[in-house]
Amino acid sequence: MAKTARQSATATTTPPTPGAGDNAEAFALRSLQDRLVANPRYAASDDELMHFYEQMLLIRRFEEKAGQLYGLGLIGGFCHLYIGQEAVAIGLQSALNPDLDSVITGYRDHGHMLAYGIDPNIIMAELTGREAGISRGKGGSMHMFSTEHKFYGGHGIVGAQVALGGGLALAHQYRGDGGLCLAYFGDGAANQGQVYETFNMASLWKLPIVFVVENNQYAMGTAVSRSSAETDFYRRGTAFRIPGMDVNGMDVLEVRQAAEIAFDYVRAGNGPVLMECQTYRYRGHSMSDPAKYRTREEVQEQREHNDPIERARAQLIERGQNEDALKAIDKDIRSRVAQAADFAETSPEPEPSELHSDVLVEEY
Amino acid sequence: MSDTAMTTATASASATAATASERRINMIEAINEALDIMMDRDPDIIIMGEDVGYFGGVFRATAGLQEKYGKTRVFDTPISECGIIAAAVGMGAYGLRPVPEIQFADYIYPGLDQLISEAARLRYRSAGEYIAPMTVRSPFGGGIFGGQTHSQSPESLFTHVAGLKTVIPSTPHDAKGLLIAAIEDNDPVIFFEPKRIYNGPFSGYYDQPVQPWKAHTDSVVPEGYYRIPLGKARIVREGEALTVLAYGTMVHVTEAVCREKGVDAEIIDLRTLVPLDIEAIETSVKKTGRCLVVHEATRTSGFGAELSALVTERCFYHLEAPVERATGFDTPYPHSLEWAYFPGPVRIGEAIDKVLAE
Ligand SMILES: Cc1ncc(C[n+]2csc(CCOP(=O)(O)OP(=O)(O)O)c2C)c(N)n1
Ligand SMILES: [Mg+2]
Repeated sequence: MAKTARQSATATTTPPTPGAGDNAEAFALRSLQDRLVANPRYAASDDELMHFYEQMLLIRRFEEKAGQLYGLGLIGGFCHLYIGQEAVAIGLQSALNPDLDSVITGYRDHGHMLAYGIDPNIIMAELTGREAGISRGKGGSMHMFSTEHKFYGGHGIVGAQVALGGGLALAHQYRGDGGLCLAYFGDGAANQGQVYETFNMASLWKLPIVFVVENNQYAMGTAVSRSSAETDFYRRGTAFRIPGMDVNGMDVLEVRQAAEIAFDYVRAGNGPVLMECQTYRYRGHSMSDPAKYRTREEVQEQREHNDPIERARAQLIERGQNEDALKAIDKDIRSRVAQAADFAETSPEPEPSELHSDVLVEEY
Repeated sequence: MSDTAMTTATASASATAATASERRINMIEAINEALDIMMDRDPDIIIMGEDVGYFGGVFRATAGLQEKYGKTRVFDTPISECGIIAAAVGMGAYGLRPVPEIQFADYIYPGLDQLISEAARLRYRSAGEYIAPMTVRSPFGGGIFGGQTHSQSPESLFTHVAGLKTVIPSTPHDAKGLLIAAIEDNDPVIFFEPKRIYNGPFSGYYDQPVQPWKAHTDSVVPEGYYRIPLGKARIVREGEALTVLAYGTMVHVTEAVCREKGVDAEIIDLRTLVPLDIEAIETSVKKTGRCLVVHEATRTSGFGAELSALVTERCFYHLEAPVERATGFDTPYPHSLEWAYFPGPVRIGEAIDKVLAE
């Protein structure tokens, strides 16, 4: 079950004494967390909040539609929906410098693409494997890329992207371009060995990278407590002296605030941050998921009392937005998504010759 | 109880018509049964892997086993393929007989170092003092629209490594007997399960409805323990016109093509790639004088290359035509052009024509 994010700041005592030797600067696991707790929510303007809301809603509606297209057989194979986790991608990516920063994630990647404002048509067309798809139908749901946005994918092999993110960060550092890498992974991926090789290198070389664990409480059918010795994922950088942050990933303003703090720290040349976002996936892992591993009530509880979109919506209403305006937005988004679905359904399949292109520079 | 063991390449169960009393099961059930029987016989057998315990495996191959044998013998692991395989090597060296599952063959690569540098070489470098008697089960192959990371056929990576055995069943009957033999074997075995045919054989026509195993005579599976020795091929059908060497899913696709074309092919299901039943291959090719190799894996340095070389070395003076290969293309497994990649009826048919033309 979703643990509640964050113990209070007062739970920390004095920072641990640094190790002996000349590398004697103090390391405090919670140094950044304390800043977050002191001021946990981003002071969004009305426009910003509205924008976050729209973006999250777009992801939600897009994913609902993708689920339908899957049901109709228009999307084949695997398709991992981001429903429930929208606030994580939006809160973090809205704080990036889009000209400088790179992002990499796993296979549950539709939301991260949409968070960039990438045209839903070409994302949906990738899901249906069409020529017009963002990766020309060659990657599918799990493998999407955008050089324009410095989005480095969409990776199907659990955990691999974390180590690739280390490489992206090293390249940012080498070029001195001021950019950072945002590397997302799941609670399950956090148990891959290569993640820890990367933590060590990232901290050793003070790489500009923010590691984000999207802790949605399950890896397929496995609850975190059944697979992880340390379920407080934000603490897992401790041995590498990487400060951790424990963030409510169901609140876009808290995620955004955490992003500001983490990015500042990383941009200042301090090395990596490990951020855990507590979140929840409402749908099955992929499309065929018998859901034996959790109760209907548990999902219902999250949907009803912890939904990131509902939370933003309530705040908008509180700030004086009217219901009708919000309804109109939803309607717009639905038609935008329906249009993406039409596009993805009607655009042509790739030419068979595409099978042999992009394997190597030349074709053999 | 190993009296039902087949010790020579024999005609398959499909040669005999099934009677109503015979029990028919699918490949998943056969694998599950093999695991169950072996768990029951040997307390040193341990099953571990991602979602294999509580959930019973993503393909249900281990369903019910945790309930029956408890969490100390059937357990879930973190998503740590390197750690899973490494643990199995250590457990094996200490005398246990682990049967780890790697959820998809595409996820085996993080564990490659442990398989190649450790599992495969422990016996050799300790001069036989320590061994790694583990069986790595893993679903492989495409035809399920899984894209690059859920469709690969990496068997030749393993056949290339001295010290590993590689087994690939193509029917429920064989899956059970081969898995039992693999688990009892004292070497590390890579047991690749063709997931496309878990629930029924595949003709290669993806737009036709799936035929369930129940309709196929090779789904007749004896109850209880039996083993099919590693290194013995199965003659799927006897014939005179040419020899076709295949394994896994492609056995069924080939069979369907030959039936459709009315070609009198002798189809050999290799069942194990290492050790290889070279005698069965040699006998057949010397009889037919023609040979086609079919596999779904990419072509270059695929297992077909090895087979082609062996046949050429051993049967050169009997060959009436060059050995042909029908294989996947040298590309990653595509997402949207799956059937353009898959060596289906058209490509196999053309290859047969070519072998027969000379
Ligand atoms: C190396 C590897 N092992 C196993 C898998 C199969 N697999 C895909 S997703 C997944 C669960 C991952 O869970 P988590 O990291 O928590 O991400 P979530 O799906 O919850 O977003 C597993 C086991 C894989 N794709 N790659
Ligand atoms: Mg998860």
